[in-house]
Amino acid sequence: MTAPIDTTGAQAEVQPEAVLAGAKGQQIEGRSLGRIAWNRFKRDKVAVAGGVIVILLILVAALARPIQSLLGLDPNAFHQDLIDASTSLPKGGMGGMSADHPLGVEPKFGRDILARILEGSWVSLVVAFGATVLSNVIGAILGVVAGYYGGRVDAVISRLMDTFLAFPLLLFAISISATLQGGAFGLDGLPLHICVLIFVIGFFNWPYLGRIVRGQTLALREREFVDASRGMGARGPYILFRELLPNLVGPIIVYSTLLIPTNIIFEASLSFLGVGIQPPQASWGGMLNQAVDYFQVDPQYMIVPGLAIFVTVLAFNLLGDGLRDALDPRSR
Amino acid sequence: MISYILRRLVAAVILLLVVTAVTFGIFFLLPRLAGQTADQLAQQYIGKSPTPADVAMVKHNLGLDQPVYLQYWHFIKGIVTGAEYNLGPTTAHCDAPCFGYSFKNHVAVWPELTDRIPITLSLAVGAAVIWLVAGVTVGVVSALKPGSFFDRSFMGVALAGVSLPIFFTGQLALLLFTYQWPIFGRTYVPLTTNPAQWANTLFPAWCSLALLYSAIYARLTRSGMLETMNEDFIRTARAKGLPERTVVARHGLRAALTPIITVFGMDLGLLLGGALITERVFSLHGIGEYAVQAINDNDLPPVLGVTLLAAFFVVLCNLLVDLLYAAADPRVRLS
Repeated sequence: MTAPIDTTGAQAEVQPEAVLAGAKGQQIEGRSLGRIAWNRFKRDKVAVAGGVIVILLILVAALARPIQSLLGLDPNAFHQDLIDASTSLPKGGMGGMSADHPLGVEPKFGRDILARILEGSWVSLVVAFGATVLSNVIGAILGVVAGYYGGRVDAVISRLMDTFLAFPLLLFAISISATLQGGAFGLDGLPLHICVLIFVIGFFNWPYLGRIVRGQTLALREREFVDASRGMGARGPYILFRELLPNLVGPIIVYSTLLIPTNIIFEASLSFLGVGIQPPQASWGGMLNQAVDYFQVDPQYMIVPGLAIFVTVLAFNLLGDGLRDALDPRSR
Repeated sequence: MISYILRRLVAAVILLLVVTAVTFGIFFLLPRLAGQTADQLAQQYIGKSPTPADVAMVKHNLGLDQPVYLQYWHFIKGIVTGAEYNLGPTTAHCDAPCFGYSFKNHVAVWPELTDRIPITLSLAVGAAVIWLVAGVTVGVVSALKPGSFFDRSFMGVALAGVSLPIFFTGQLALLLFTYQWPIFGRTYVPLTTNPAQWANTLFPAWCSLALLYSAIYARLTRSGMLETMNEDFIRTARAKGLPERTVVARHGLRAALTPIITVFGMDLGLLLGGALITERVFSLHGIGEYAVQAINDNDLPPVLGVTLLAAFFVVLCNLLVDLLYAAADPRVRLS
């Protein structure tokens, strides 16, 4: 058989670096998978926009308290002087917008809407991130164990996931939050509500990631590097956590990014139904809950938190979709 | 086929038992694990400023002084055979599916649930028809020409749709279409009284609910169709010379719809157990609204009843979907 390329003569002797100079003398770079994905992601303008908004939102949420004091706004201060006593609506049009209160004040108590939106942003993101981490830990561990060991272990875990998905989760979440409202585990007030929300949301959302990780593990465990690791004497936990999980980081990042917006809506729904964050602490869902009684006469109070949720969730969704397309182009 | 149905029925009953156990555990075991005593629990049920005598009575009436497994046994027995309830001075008999009495107003839970089922059913089924038709149509049309203007704009709308919570779109719809421009009615009218008005008042609620679900279903259908249309059997169907319409409808859509029907069964079952948020926004007095009210009153028997009813509907819908599959596809019966 002849070689497809003529490698005789001087060319066969050249240094590897010289071979890497491609046509027209351009340098050919070696690019890692992550680099390729990043380049693909950068070309997706919509996803980049989503990512920028997400970073801004995280900054705003992290700096919510400093921003409030900088603007001189207090989320829990009542401004009865701005409320018309007979209708309990803000005085003046546009939901009480003014230089002091750029997004207006809420009906009845006259608390500043901008300050409460800022306050709600960190609550929302803390709960969403916490719950996502919790469901990722449960989902990734159970998923990789089910996929790697197979057999009876897989049957039990898969059945567990199916059962979880068949449960009326919102009702269970509500019931748990409601029963724990009075105080639990030595916690009380806002820390308790945040912990309960993280636990409830994270605990019920893990099967989605669990299924994905299990499916990917099924394919990965047949690969040579796993055989090689086993051949060198590695045992179960080492293979699971040092060989398999690092290869699953891509899908886990993508689905975490897509789980965060779901969890933001979940938190807002629970707070909307009155079992999440409790007043007087501001939360987006709680504001929309109070707005139900006023939206015909003061639509402002409903639209502002609604838009806050919409923009946040949309930005995370755009970023997540973009990451998925970049890391796994086939799923387009 | 009969043995398959029997196996599925047994599995459904076991799942329901698990759900009752979990639900019961949430209400009567979890608070104790979290460090509350039976006295504190009983106090919550009474509400403001209870006397020690009240607490002791409620504790006894609820059976909180008994071990948890006995309480669970009485609860299950009540659902199957009915139960006697000690309501202070009198005792009341609670008929067969006995879910107990509300702690707040001492009204039996089960009749209240059956009164509210028609409203929730109207809401869920109406919305389901809209979202199934709209979602699947948009998904299929988008998948046939991926990357086209139609595909990109509809997927953009769908992405916005999944990012909008119902308690926001619902309030917007109410604001615009019943208050700003009063096109739709405000108070629910039963279907049997006046079908036109029934549909008229429910339409904004259907649309807000359907917007979210059609967005999800459009995305699901699109990705399912894209995958299916690349399969070998589609190429074979085309190679046989079948018209494209037949290839898409008979071969492509049929395969792509299978996972969507599974999701549909689950979603519909969940909604039948109460569309909590939608009912709260649109002030529909359905099952979900009953649960929300009870939760805000810290009134646990109605919540327990609604949770179990919802679980029952989920299990029932899953069972129906499974049986439909088994009828359509013989391979399912063997696995």
